[in-house]
Amino acid sequence: MEINKKKEKDVLVVSVSGRIDAVTAPDFEKNLSESIGAGEKTFLIKMDQLEYISSAGLRSILAIAKVLKTREGKMVFSELRGPVKDVFKISGFGSIFTIYDTEEDALKQF
Amino acid sequence: MDDNAQNIVVPAHLKSLQESIAFVSSFTRELGFDHRRLSEIELCVEEVLVNIFNYAYPGEPGEVEISCRSGPEGVLTIEIVDSGIPFNILSSDDPDISLNIDERHVGGLGIYFVKQLMDRVEYRRENNKNFLSMINFSTAASRPVDK
Repeated sequence: MEINKKKEKDVLVVSVSGRIDAVTAPDFEKNLSESIGAGEKTFLIKMDQLEYISSAGLRSILAIAKVLKTREGKMVFSELRGPVKDVFKISGFGSIFTIYDTEEDALKQF
Repeated sequence: MDDNAQNIVVPAHLKSLQESIAFVSSFTRELGFDHRRLSEIELCVEEVLVNIFNYAYPGEPGEVEISCRSGPEGVLTIEIVDSGIPFNILSSDDPDISLNIDERHVGGLGIYFVKQLMDRVEYRRENNKNFLSMINFSTAASRPVDK
């Protein structure tokens, strides 16, 4: 798993590539928690390079989303593909989070 | 397709995950499943293993045996065996996936994936061991997610 971040106005765009599994999910959660600690409130998680996510990854996402909510922050997603899209769908995460087709579409909403 | 079987035994620890998934993937990718189905199988193997790593041997080391077997007509059986505390994943409650962020709990999703995605799941407790089999049919077309 690799994480790259860039700032687009008030939105932190987090591109995550590779695999978020039970081994890498804690790193993902820690990385985003640090950004929350640094004052970031709006996150776009870009998943066009993410090949795989398991329930451990979803658990991390939910944990971060809960923290953000208490701080009136927000997390949205873009460009889910293949297996990641399926996992979001089966888990119901596709309904509780907003998912955009492109980064551009997502950024327009803020 | 010829009958073929392979197995490995790994320590019941998160550190074994990568090796275990690599073992299963190298076996399954020759069997005629499409890319999506292979990924679903990989996901379910991770979910079962992580559950064992986390809960089967509280406070003590243990082992997990993973066996892959391909039979006639494209039947793939992945059997995962541990000697930990009895746990039948088929009897666990499904999570409520309709809840929102605040109400949503973090547990139970992995097992839910296994029950939803695998063609057949069988559990038995025998000789103080948990035997979990995930059975899939490669000749069947990959099922749509929203059934």
